[in-house]
Parts: sequence; structure tokens; C-alpha cells
Amino acid sequence: MELTSWGQYPRANSELFSPSNQLSLTNALIEQTEASSIARGLGRSYGDSALANKVIRSNQFTHFIDFDVEKGILTCGSGVSLADILATFVPKGWFVQVTPGTKFVTVGGAIASDVHGKNHHLDGCFSQHVLGFKMALASGEVVHCSRQSHPELFFATCGGMGLTGVIVEVELQLLPISSSYINQTTIKAENLEQALTLFEQHYDTTYSVAWIDCLATGDSLGRSLLMFGEHDSDGALEAGSEGKLAVPFNMPSFLLNKYSIQAFNSLYYARVRESESQQYIHYEPFFYPLDGIHNWNRMYGKNGFTQYQFAIPKENGLAGMTEILTRISDSKRGSFLAVLKAFGQANDNYLSFPIEGYTLALDFKLEPGLFELLEELDQIVLAYGGRLYLTKDARMSEQTFKQSYPLWTEFDRVRKEYGADKLFNSHQSKRLGL
Amino acid sequence: MKNILIIGANSAMAQAVAKQYANRACSFFLVARDGEKLDTLAKDLTIRGAHSVTTAELDVTNFMAHAPIIEDVFDQFDQLDLALIAHGTLPDQTACQTDVELALKEIRINATSSIALMTDIANRMEQQKSGTIACITSVAGDRGRQSNYLYGSAKAMVSTFLQGLRNRLDKSGVKVIDIKPGFVDTPMTADFKKGALWATPEKVAKDISNAVDKGKSKTLYTPGFWALIMLIIRNIPEFIFKKLSL
Repeated sequence: MELTSWGQYPRANSELFSPSNQLSLTNALIEQTEASSIARGLGRSYGDSALANKVIRSNQFTHFIDFDVEKGILTCGSGVSLADILATFVPKGWFVQVTPGTKFVTVGGAIASDVHGKNHHLDGCFSQHVLGFKMALASGEVVHCSRQSHPELFFATCGGMGLTGVIVEVELQLLPISSSYINQTTIKAENLEQALTLFEQHYDTTYSVAWIDCLATGDSLGRSLLMFGEHDSDGALEAGSEGKLAVPFNMPSFLLNKYSIQAFNSLYYARVRESESQQYIHYEPFFYPLDGIHNWNRMYGKNGFTQYQFAIPKENGLAGMTEILTRISDSKRGSFLAVLKAFGQANDNYLSFPIEGYTLALDFKLEPGLFELLEELDQIVLAYGGRLYLTKDARMSEQTFKQSYPLWTEFDRVRKEYGADKLFNSHQSKRLGL
Repeated sequence: MKNILIIGANSAMAQAVAKQYANRACSFFLVARDGEKLDTLAKDLTIRGAHSVTTAELDVTNFMAHAPIIEDVFDQFDQLDLALIAHGTLPDQTACQTDVELALKEIRINATSSIALMTDIANRMEQQKSGTIACITSVAGDRGRQSNYLYGSAKAMVSTFLQGLRNRLDKSGVKVIDIKPGFVDTPMTADFKKGALWATPEKVAKDISNAVDKGKSKTLYTPGFWALIMLIIRNIPEFIFKKLSL
């Protein structure tokens, strides 16, 4: 059947398989001959990384298996979503250590993408709080991976886009909290330089992110709203409620054009009047502002969209971002508020995206001429020593990938050692020459 | 809602309902055919916060085994607040057209076993003068179609039974909900093409628990837009309908 991921681009014809338990999965792997197979969770990666001829779903690996109340260690199926974890454990005083901007991802997917959150500069990626996991290999054998057991496979699998096997069970360290509320400070930055300086000044704050108006030009280039947050110690422990809004069908894509987006971004920026303000808000709007609107991806119309997320090393941050923002602003192909964030140190995984520096994520609706622009941006990113996030990618070239992820050779070696290249290939991995 | 019985507890929709109520510290009596899967679910519900979880294996076509299990349920709970009947299969329509034994077996799984179980449960709830019986049927029961009329007719039998039961139990305060899901992405429908009309088991579970919590006693189409779709389908004149390939 036809399948797409969050960006609704590209589309693929895939056969779906939903193993009911570990045994039915491993039996199928043993018999399997389709070399284009990939595991898929909730399909929240944007491009073609969870698309293949055969897609192995984790929608029956959705059970909590064990919880150590003293240490806050959760063992659960790989198909369990962060939404489910939060709904269950926030009332008991636990939160996830690292969360991306949506809670509708599975823990298996979070490991495969090695997702990062607003606390990356201090706490690193999702995998850094994973104690271990059980994974079915291409041979059908199930192995336990951790930093001690099969360490190379562990480092290849975290951030490895599902290309090493199918994760079935995960052991996660949760974070103790005493309130479900966040103390947020919002600060206006009039341009990019100010924004980057503010990130530096607030490096000790646990959570930080900036919403940047990527259509602003001249002296205002890179004007943004920075949000800093800390878990509060007072307040109730209540899980968030489900959003009631939804985009019921694909909107006509002409609704999003340079005028409407410029107007929206200006209004959003002007909405905050003081240069610095304090808010006390629930974690839900703080971490998941868009989860409240189901299927917001349909805003971009039936042709879909792509999210361009890159990271640039710290020393090139200002110069690189300025050049890229100028190029985007000139192109008038704007995006709703783009997201800017400071990254801390890279981890040991071969393909994890974050490198110490800055990352910027922008949405572009699919339309003629877009890929030419993105190709130009790729060259700027490469020139500054940066890279693109595989989870958002739908179009980068093999050359761009291999140049910016030098450890791909290590990844490739481990993958072949475990025979994973014979079975686990996504449309993305084929495109990237893996 | 405190004490909950679920028959067919391993079904995706039943599991999603159970997970919601586990967060509210309810007590469960789970019945299903696959004991290993039941253990996995029981452990999950306990971690979520279930007050207690009891499990029992049952093949619903073994009618002799019904009474002892229902007896156990009412021994265990001084009062049963919710009985969710969620077991079922999706018969192979073509095979059922040539194999009478298979057709009758599917009717036993999808219709008569539910009626047998609910007969016993209903009498006991009538005595306790409280509780909700919620049974998952299907929009397929609203009109027979060539592609799955065996399944549809089994579900229609249960729906009509529920209608009468609701009518009878109204005066004793027992609620009867006929849950009619549309297309739901579950293992039962793994081989189907999925499109815009498909819902997740979690969405359906939310609709079910909402109806139960509000004390409804009615037919519940879930997601809600199926009420409109089925209104149209039921009202297509037969002389046109019989020519459609549905």
C-alpha cells in the first residue's frame, strides 16, 4: 500500500508487516528474502528513512515490561510512544530525559534517530539515557545491546536509522520531577548575533530553544524569540490532555506563500512585547506546541513538505547561519517560524546528528525549484563543516552525506559484520549509498 | 469505574481501553485465548497503576467454560462496573461461502458466544442494579455486503440482541453500549489498505471510555463520522445497492 512519512514526501509502495510478538518477528526475519526492509514506529520521521518495500511495524510492541520505582528505570516495548510514557509516569513523578518536539514518537524510533531536545547542550541525545535494548538481527537472533555488550552494535544502532536490525525492547532511565510545570523565560533577540550570545549566556539553563523569523532581512536578520525553561518544583503532577484541534485534510498549498508566512512570523514576533518575560506553563505547550494540532503536516498541502535541518560547528556558527539565512530570505521561500538551538558535544554514535554548535530547522513546502535551493544550501553547510539531520532528510545526495558523516565507514563495517545490509535497507539508505 | 471485566482482552481495542483505565487504578479481570499475551498485558497494566489484575484463558467457543469464569468474576468483585466484550475474528468471506462448518464456527465466535456470555452477565448486573455492558460489534452489521456479509450478519445479530437488552435493562439502571467501530488499524485488519477513514485503537478506546464514563446507554459509532456514513449506506435503495460492488 502507499505509504508516506510526516512530510508526505516522498510516497512509496510498501507491504506492511505487524509482528504480534518477538517470535513472529524473528520467524519472519529468518524466512525473509526482501532486501528492502525497515522497521517503522509512528512514522514521524519526515522523509524516506522509514520507507522500504517491506515495512516492519512496532505497533504490537507497546507494553510496559518492568519499572524500577526506586531508580526510575523503565523497560518497555520498542513501539511504546513518549506520549504513553508521559501519560503514565508524569503522575508518578517521572519525565523523559530527552524529548523531541513531538511526543508522538516511539522509543524505538527515538533510538534509531537518536533524537535530541531542548536540553541537548547539557544532556545530549536520547540514546545517552538508554541503558540497553534487545534487538532482532537479520539472522533472526535476538541480542542485548548496551555500552558493555555488543558496544559497536549499540553505537551503530543509536542514530542508525533502523539499518542494523529491529529493536524490540528498550531499557530507559527516566528523570524524576516534582511538578509537571515549567518556569519559562522568553527573551527577544533583535538579530542573529544577539540570539547566539543569549544561548551562550544561558548555557546553564536546562532547556533552551529559539523560534526564528527566517524572512527578516538586513539588521533584523535572524530576529528571534528565545525560550529558556526549567522544571518547576511546585505544582501538580498532571499529564497533559490531548489536543482537540486537527487539520482534517490537506489544505490548498497556495495558502502558504511568502506574504502569509511573512505576516504570520511578524505577528508572532510582535506578540511578545517585553524584551524579557516570565511564564509558568505546563510541559505540554512548552515541549509540544504543535502536538495540540493533529496532522498539522497537512497545512502544506497534498504535495507535502520537507524539513531542512542542519548543524554547523560552533566556531562557524554566526558566519554560517548568516550566510544561510540570507540565502533563504533572498529566496522568499519562507518557512513558518524556524527553530534554532545550541548543541552540546557530539556523542560516540556513528551517525548521530548533533555536533557541538548550532542547529536550525526550517519547513519548506514542496514546489518546483525547491531542491535547487536546498542543494545550494547543502554546499554552504558543507563549506562550514556542517551536516544534515537524516531523520528530516528526503533528498540529500550520497556525496553530501558521506562527506559530512565521516564515521559512515565505521557504521558500514559494523552493519556488514552483523549481516544487516542484506535485509535492512530503507529508500533513504539506498539513496545515500549505504 | 472500579471493577472491569474484559473478554477478548488481547484485542488491540480492548488493550487500549484497559490501558486507559489502568491509569485510574481500576481492578481487572482479563479473559482471552492466548495466556502468554494476557500475562504481558497484565504486567503492563500493573505498571500503569492497575489496582489488581486477574487473568483467565478461555476459548469462547467452549460454551461449557463460560459459566465458571463468569462465576469467578462475580466472586472476585463485589460489584462489576464494566463488562467489555471485545473478542472476535474477521472471517474469510469467500471461504465461508463454500464451507458451512467454517461459516457456523465464525458465527459461534462472533455472535452466539457473545450472546451467551452477555446473557449471564446481564442477569447478574440486573440483580446488582448497576454496571455497563459494552460490546464491540461493527459498522459491517448495518447492512449486508457481498465482501463480508457473514461477519456483518454475526455482528448484526449481536447488535439486535444489545438493542433488546438495553430496552430490558433500562429500568434496572444497567447501561448497554453497542460499539460500532469503522476501519481500525489493528492486527485483525493488518492486510487491508489503509486510508483517510482509518482510526487508531487509541482513538476508538477514547470514544469508548468517554461513553462509559458519561453513563451512556446507546449505539456508539466510532470515530463519530461513521454514523453519517452508515446513515447513507443504510438508506441506499436495495435495487441500487444490490448492483454495487461493496
